[in-house]
Amino acid sequence: MIYDVAVIGAGVIGGLTARELTKYKLSVVLLEKESDVACGASKANSGIIHGGFDPEPDTLKAKLNSTGVDKLYKTAQMLHVPHKNNGSFVCAFSKKEEAHLKELYDRGIENGIEKMSIISGDEARAIEPNLSPEITAVLNVPTAGIICPYELTIAAVGNAMKNGAVLLTDFTVTSIINDGCFNVSSADGRCVKARYVINCAGCYGDKIAAMVGDDSFEIIPRAGQYILLDKKEGARVSHTIFQVPSKEGKGILVSPTVDGNLLTGPTAEAVDCPMCVNTTPEGLETVQRLAAKSVPSVQFREVITSFCGVRSSEKNGDFIIEESKAQKGFINVAAIDSPGLTSSVAIAEYTVEVLKNAGLELELNPDFDGTREDPHFFRHLTDEEKNEYIKKNPAYGKIICRCETVTEGEIRDAIRRDPKPQDIDGVKRRTRSGMGRCQGGFCKPFVMKLLAEENGCKMEDVTKNGKTSQMVLGKL
Amino acid sequence: MLEHDIVIIGGGPAGMAAAVAAFDRGVNDVVILDRDDDIGGILRQCIHNGFGLHKLGRELTGPEYAAVYKKMVEERGIKVYYETMVTDLTSDRVVTASNRDGILKIKAKAVILAMGCRERSRGALNISGKRPAGVYSAGTAQKLMNCEGYAVGKRAVILGSGDIGLIMARRMSLEGAKVEAVCELMPYSGGLTRNIVQCLEDFGIPLYLSTTVCEIHGDRRLEGVTIAQVDENRRVIEETKRYIPCDTLLLSVGLIPENELTRAAGIPIDPITNGAQVDENRETKVKGIFACGNVLQVHDLVDYVSDEAEIAGTAAARLVLEGKGKTEEIKTGAGNGVRYVLPQCISNRDGDVALFMRVTEPFGKVRFTVRSGDEVLATAVRLKAAPGEMEKITVKADKLALVKDTVTVSLEEI
Repeated sequence: MIYDVAVIGAGVIGGLTARELTKYKLSVVLLEKESDVACGASKANSGIIHGGFDPEPDTLKAKLNSTGVDKLYKTAQMLHVPHKNNGSFVCAFSKKEEAHLKELYDRGIENGIEKMSIISGDEARAIEPNLSPEITAVLNVPTAGIICPYELTIAAVGNAMKNGAVLLTDFTVTSIINDGCFNVSSADGRCVKARYVINCAGCYGDKIAAMVGDDSFEIIPRAGQYILLDKKEGARVSHTIFQVPSKEGKGILVSPTVDGNLLTGPTAEAVDCPMCVNTTPEGLETVQRLAAKSVPSVQFREVITSFCGVRSSEKNGDFIIEESKAQKGFINVAAIDSPGLTSSVAIAEYTVEVLKNAGLELELNPDFDGTREDPHFFRHLTDEEKNEYIKKNPAYGKIICRCETVTEGEIRDAIRRDPKPQDIDGVKRRTRSGMGRCQGGFCKPFVMKLLAEENGCKMEDVTKNGKTSQMVLGKL
Repeated sequence: MLEHDIVIIGGGPAGMAAAVAAFDRGVNDVVILDRDDDIGGILRQCIHNGFGLHKLGRELTGPEYAAVYKKMVEERGIKVYYETMVTDLTSDRVVTASNRDGILKIKAKAVILAMGCRERSRGALNISGKRPAGVYSAGTAQKLMNCEGYAVGKRAVILGSGDIGLIMARRMSLEGAKVEAVCELMPYSGGLTRNIVQCLEDFGIPLYLSTTVCEIHGDRRLEGVTIAQVDENRRVIEETKRYIPCDTLLLSVGLIPENELTRAAGIPIDPITNGAQVDENRETKVKGIFACGNVLQVHDLVDYVSDEAEIAGTAAARLVLEGKGKTEEIKTGAGNGVRYVLPQCISNRDGDVALFMRVTEPFGKVRFTVRSGDEVLATAVRLKAAPGEMEKITVKADKLALVKDTVTVSLEEI
C-alpha cells in the first residue's frame, strides 16, 4: 500500500505529529530505528514546560512556545500524561544578573507571556525556603510546569495507533527514493511507500534530509547530563529553579519531577554524535556544583541515577519546520531543541499546516478519539477500589517493584498496550518499575520473566534497550 | 482490620528467627509477612557454604540454613503470608500490605522489622559512561544464576570487594566465566578474609585495591570498563587508567538497610548504621516496634542475624505478655577507632548487654575498652580488627550498675 504520510522518528515530535495526522482521514506510518519509541532526546531531557520568555521574539520558537504551553497542558490531560503546573523561578545572584532578569521579563512580555513578575530574593525564599541566600531577585513564571517527556511520547504514539496509525520499530531508514511516491527503505530490507514524508529524526535529521538531496542544515548534537535524586529530596523545591543564563551555567536547573524525585542538570556540551550519551566525571561534577549554587542544601548522596541526553541544535538557533526546497512533499521538522517539548503539540499542529500548504488534502476523521485511559489508574485508587480490582485480577495485588510500588497487573497491562514495550527499559518507562532507589536490583528478574512470558520468548531473548542488549547469555 | 499479637515484616533469616523466639517465649499469635513465594530471604540465593558455624555448630549452605529455620517456623504453626508486600506502617502499629487476595490491614501489639537490605546501585555511585545491559548488582546476578539458572556473562569485572562480590567472583569462575579483576576503591577489602582467600586467591583472580571503575563502555551490551587507581582522596589518577574488555560488570559496593517503612512510621534512624536507633531489646524509639537483622545493621554473618532476631523476638513477646516497659535511657557511643555501637541506648540494667560494633579502618592487635565516665565496664583484646567484621563485647549486669549516663567504646592499638 501507499501511505498518505510516513513520519520518520518516533520521538515526542514524531509521535505527536502522527497523532495530529490521525485527526484526518489519512493513512499514517511511523518509522523508528530503535525497538521502542522515545529512545532519543525524548527520554532524556529536563521535562520542563517552559514559560516562553526565553526565545527571541518573532522566531518559530517564540511563537510555538507561547502557543504551545496551553496546548500541551490540554493534551497531557486528554492523554493522562503526568504533568504539573508548578511554576518556575529564574534566579539572579547580582545586580548585573538582575538586569538580565529584566531583559528576560521584557522579552516575555513581547512574546505574550502572562502573569510573570520579578520578586526579591527574600520574597522568593519565603516561597522556596531552600533557595540560596545569595539569590537577589527572581523572575517568577507561574505558567511554567513539568511533564514526563517519555510518557508523553508513549501516550502520543499509542493514541495515534488507536486512531489507525501504524508503528514500525527497528526500522533504520537507509534510503528515500522518490519515483512518484516516496520509497523509504530500512537497513533490514523493508520498504514503505508514502506520498509525503515528515522528517522528525531528531539528531539524525540532517542525515535523513540528505537522503533526498537536502543539505540545507546541519544538526549539532548537544549533550546534557543530569543527576536524578531520591524522592527523599523531591520536596527540596516545589518550583523549577533556573539560573540566569551565564557563560558558565546555561540553564542548570533544580526541579521536582512529576514522579516526586528531584532532577538536576543539564550541562550543555557539543558532542560528536547522537550516540554520545555517556556521562563524564566533569559533567556530573558541574551539575552538582551549579545545582548547589541555587539550592545549597541538595543532598547529592541521595542520587539514584545519572544520565545524558543528546538534543539536536542548529547554528541559526531556531526550529526548522518547512517543506524541503530540495524535494517536494518532504517536510523537515528539525533542530527541535529547547523549548521543543513545551512546543511539541504546537509543532505537530504547525507541521500539519505545512503539509496542507504542500498540497496534502485534509478531511476530518469523525472517528478520531484523542483520549487515552490512565495507565496509572491503579496507584490512584483507594484501598477499597484496589480490592475490587484485585478480586477480578489478583495480579494487581502482587507488587513487583517495591521502590515504586508497581504491581504485576500494571506491568502486564503495559506490555500488552500499544506501543508495546520490547525490553526492560521500555517497561521501566511505562510503569516506573526499576526507576526507584534500588534501580531494578530486585524487580529486574521478575520483569524479565513477565516480558518473556507475555511476548512468548526465552529469557535469553529479553533485552535491556534494543536488540543485542541481552540481559542473560543462556542457560547454565 | 485483622489483629495479630506480633507481626513480623520479612521472612528472611531475621524474621524467621524472631518469629520462632517470640513463639517460644509464649506468644502463639505470631505472623510473618513476606514478599516472596517462600521464606528464607536472600539466603535462598546464597548456595555457597559457610553458614551456621557459630549458631548451629555445622557448616551449611544458605538454603540449608534457611531450611533449618523454616522447619522451626512450620513446626510451630506460625502463619506466613506469602507474596505479601507491606506498603505502609504507622507508629501505632497498623500494617498495610498487598497480596493476591487484596489489601490487608493488620493491627499488631508488636511489630518486628526484618526487611533486610538492598544493594547500592550503579546510579548511587555516579560512575560515568553509558548505560548498557550487563551491569548488575552482584545480588541480582546471583539471583539470576542461582535461582533462575542463567549465565549473566562470560567475561566480568567486579567493583567492590564486599562479600557478595567475592562470592560472585568465584561463582562466575565456576560456571566458566573469566573474572578479569575485582576492584576495591578503599586501600583494604570490606569482605571477610576467608572469602578473599577462598574466592579470589584460590581462583587466581586479582584484587586491585585503591582502584575503581571510572567509565562504562557499550551502547547495547557492556563492551568494557575503564579502571584506574585512586589517590588518598579517592580521586582517579589519570595516568593509571586502563581499559578492560568485558561483557559484565558486577557491583558489590555496599548494602543499604531498607528502612522506608521505618521512616514511614516516624522511627528515628541512626545516620551511621542507616538502621533504626534501638535499645538492648532491639526496640526502636517507637514503643512496640522492634528491628533486627540487616534492616538494623548490615551483618557479616547470618549467625549473628539469628542471634539478634532472637533478642528482638523474645523482647517483643515479653512486651505482649507482660507489657514490660523501659525504665531509663543510657546512651551508647563510639569512641576512637569505632564507627558505631549498637544498641544505641540501654533501657534496663537487669541483665548482661552485648554491644556490637564495627571499626573505622583495619587495625592490628587492639584492645577495646567499654567505659562510662572513668569506670571501665569491659575490655576485649583482638589480634586484628577490620571494618568488614563485626565485633561483639558483652557488659556484665553488675558492671552496668556503675553506669552514670553514657557508655562509650573505643580501641587502642597494642
